[in-house]
Amino acid sequence: MIYLDNAATTRTAPQVLEAMLPYFSECYGNASSVYKLGQESKKAITKAREQIANVLGAKTDEIYFTAGGSEADNWALKATYEFYKGKGNHIITTKIEHHAILHTCEYLEQKRGAKITYLDVDADGMISLEELEAAITPETILISIMAANNEIGTIEPIKEIGAIAKKHGVLFHTDAVQAFGQVPINVDECNIDMLSSSGHKINGPKGIGFLYIRKGVKIRSFVHGGAQERKRRAGTENVPGIVGYGAAAQLANETMATRTAKEIELRNYLIGRIKAEVPNCKLNGHPEKRLPNNANFSFEFIEGESLLIMLDMAGICGSSGSACTSGSLDPSHVLMAIGLPHEIAHGSLRLTLSDETTKEDIDFTVEKVKEIVARLRNMSPLYEDYKAGKSKSIIETRY
Amino acid sequence: MYSDKVIDHFTNPRNVGEIENASGVGTVGNAKCGDIMRIYLDIDEAGVIRDCKFKTFGCGAAVATSSMATELVKGKTIQEALEITNKAVMEALDGLPPVKVHCSLLAEEAIHAALWDYAQKNGIEIEGLEKPKTDISETEEEEEY
Repeated sequence: MIYLDNAATTRTAPQVLEAMLPYFSECYGNASSVYKLGQESKKAITKAREQIANVLGAKTDEIYFTAGGSEADNWALKATYEFYKGKGNHIITTKIEHHAILHTCEYLEQKRGAKITYLDVDADGMISLEELEAAITPETILISIMAANNEIGTIEPIKEIGAIAKKHGVLFHTDAVQAFGQVPINVDECNIDMLSSSGHKINGPKGIGFLYIRKGVKIRSFVHGGAQERKRRAGTENVPGIVGYGAAAQLANETMATRTAKEIELRNYLIGRIKAEVPNCKLNGHPEKRLPNNANFSFEFIEGESLLIMLDMAGICGSSGSACTSGSLDPSHVLMAIGLPHEIAHGSLRLTLSDETTKEDIDFTVEKVKEIVARLRNMSPLYEDYKAGKSKSIIETRY
Repeated sequence: MYSDKVIDHFTNPRNVGEIENASGVGTVGNAKCGDIMRIYLDIDEAGVIRDCKFKTFGCGAAVATSSMATELVKGKTIQEALEITNKAVMEALDGLPPVKVHCSLLAEEAIHAALWDYAQKNGIEIEGLEKPKTDISETEEEEEY
């Protein structure tokens, strides 16, 4: 099997799993207990918090563990709104955020009286700093913009966004679920007030994430109960998950330079071959400012789900933003936001590499993609019309 | 997610292609929703469907329902073909996931569209056949919070 869906999730690294195992079996104590067994768990949590804080240049007491990225996003937005709504009710975000942000914003808008600005992005998925600054009003309390997009891989200018937020005295939250451990992020340099992340995207376990909350940001608990996480997130700590996340974060940070350099080289090789060898295709996302492991293509005249099933049969795992895979009638909101026509968005394929990906994997994948795209095109009435000269290629005419 | 039959008809679709000088051609769906189906019919003097081919842009279910629909209409009379419902196509495929039911509606509609084209070309009326809708889509459910 060739696994090229590392933006969906990653394999838990062997050393991460090894670090976690004792906390299921021998060191199973509750970190809130006074006896030694409990204190072992507490120590392990403290260590993981340090490992994570180190990656971000944060203080350890600014890291709050959650059950994942979605919880961290929900917490950041809802609790910020709850605490600061007396000051203003306006939040600025973008049209390409993850649903954990977008649906939370819709909830705040529809049920809680918030006013939300959804910034447009350009054809590469990049926000405009001018538009961001122009959108700020005296009512603005929060800017929430993702560090990197999960579908098209575009990396947003978070340092510049942080500077604008600071200048206007507005809080800045970033969803860094895809970026954390993949690109360097320093919370002070980028003026980040809150940052969401998730363990399973960086070879850690599923079901664990964290919200970084800068000291002084007054958001309250989102899950009420015990005094865990400095009384800000109740619930007995997921000790094995936290330990695994700490180990994964340290590993990702230590290997970042070499791992991402290798991924970029292979990824560019993949993009180069696909673009050269498959007609009527385009790369989605920013050509350079993109996550090291992300490639996202649109193949004209075919539909993404068909492509995915056939790739799966060839032993290749990928993903698509077509309507059939998004569970709704429209293709992905990200592909719509970068202005892709429906026809082109339906034929998208995202391949995301890992440090385990080899050149042989890429060569095999390219051959299979070529074969399957040709096969599906031979079945497609859109391709038939194009070949007969009855319709034009959108990619040829527009891109 | 898909039955073995759906996967079989998706990976080895029957009757893919075009028919030159077809008796009737019907195209339904739209690229916006991500499904377009085109069915070609070759109908003899006695009104029997001698051959049927298809081209489809769409997901696995769309390809499989097209393939199955062409199998079901082959050798049938026009009246018999008209009576093939989306349910029959689904049953023949051992069912479809709920979100893919519209693909089978598209297949039924594509057969009707091809028969309509045949009737138009020959200046005849087929009993029980109304002008087919070319655009089959469903309304999306509102999300609740």
